[in-house]
Amino acid sequence: MANLQRPLSPHLQIYRWPLAMAISILHRITGVALSIGALLLVVILIAVATGPEAYAVVHKLIDNKIGTTFLFLFTVALFLHLFNGIRHLFWDVGYGFEKGTTTYSGIAVLLATVVFSVGVWVAAYLTCNT
Amino acid sequence: MSLRTPLSEAKGLGSAKEGASHWWIQRLTAVALIPLCIWFAFAVATLGNASYIAVIGWLQSPVVVVLLIFFIVVTFYHAQLGLQVIIEDYVGGWLKIVSLILVNFLCIVLATAGIIALLKVFL
Repeated sequence: MANLQRPLSPHLQIYRWPLAMAISILHRITGVALSIGALLLVVILIAVATGPEAYAVVHKLIDNKIGTTFLFLFTVALFLHLFNGIRHLFWDVGYGFEKGTTTYSGIAVLLATVVFSVGVWVAAYLTCNT
Repeated sequence: MSLRTPLSEAKGLGSAKEGASHWWIQRLTAVALIPLCIWFAFAVATLGNASYIAVIGWLQSPVVVVLLIFFIVVTFYHAQLGLQVIIEDYVGGWLKIVSLILVNFLCIVLATAGIIALLKVFL
């Protein structure tokens, strides 16, 4: 049985939110969200394999404003997790631990996420409409 | 200074030498997912609202199917390892064991189902 009388460190809400902390938490949240996204990918693939009627049900859910927004947010989560994951890989080999550098790399992660999320949809739009 | 007893030193057993495997495979799958995710994100943006015919047509390409199968396997492996860490951090007691087993099974089942669905369309 844990001794609950021992002093505990303050919980999350007590701290100011530095960028590094916010992105770290977002990395976990997007990780869980992307796992659900992977589940939905399998659901869609099963619908495709089942036939046109099954796919029509899925298609109806996706082919509207809410569905497209959902897909866009999926790519945002994907790129945030991807670029912050690359940041983690740099940390793993020992680079970028300085206080200033972590802030800059965090900003770089956010910028890259925005650029790639928008870029991929613009590229898709151009591919589909030319 | 070694903290091991002379007997354990002589036997040379001890660590199963797999302590870093979880950490290492998570990184290995992460690296593999870098190009795959960029490709997949583009696919989501182009084919998100595609018709049945368009999706079936896309899945006739062996390159696409190979990439997708690889993407699914690596993604679910990576997801399983990541979810395991999160569960170990926040869930305790018997619920931890149950959720770990469920996540493991679910990832394997989903990856298999995804691959079979892809093969059914492709073949």
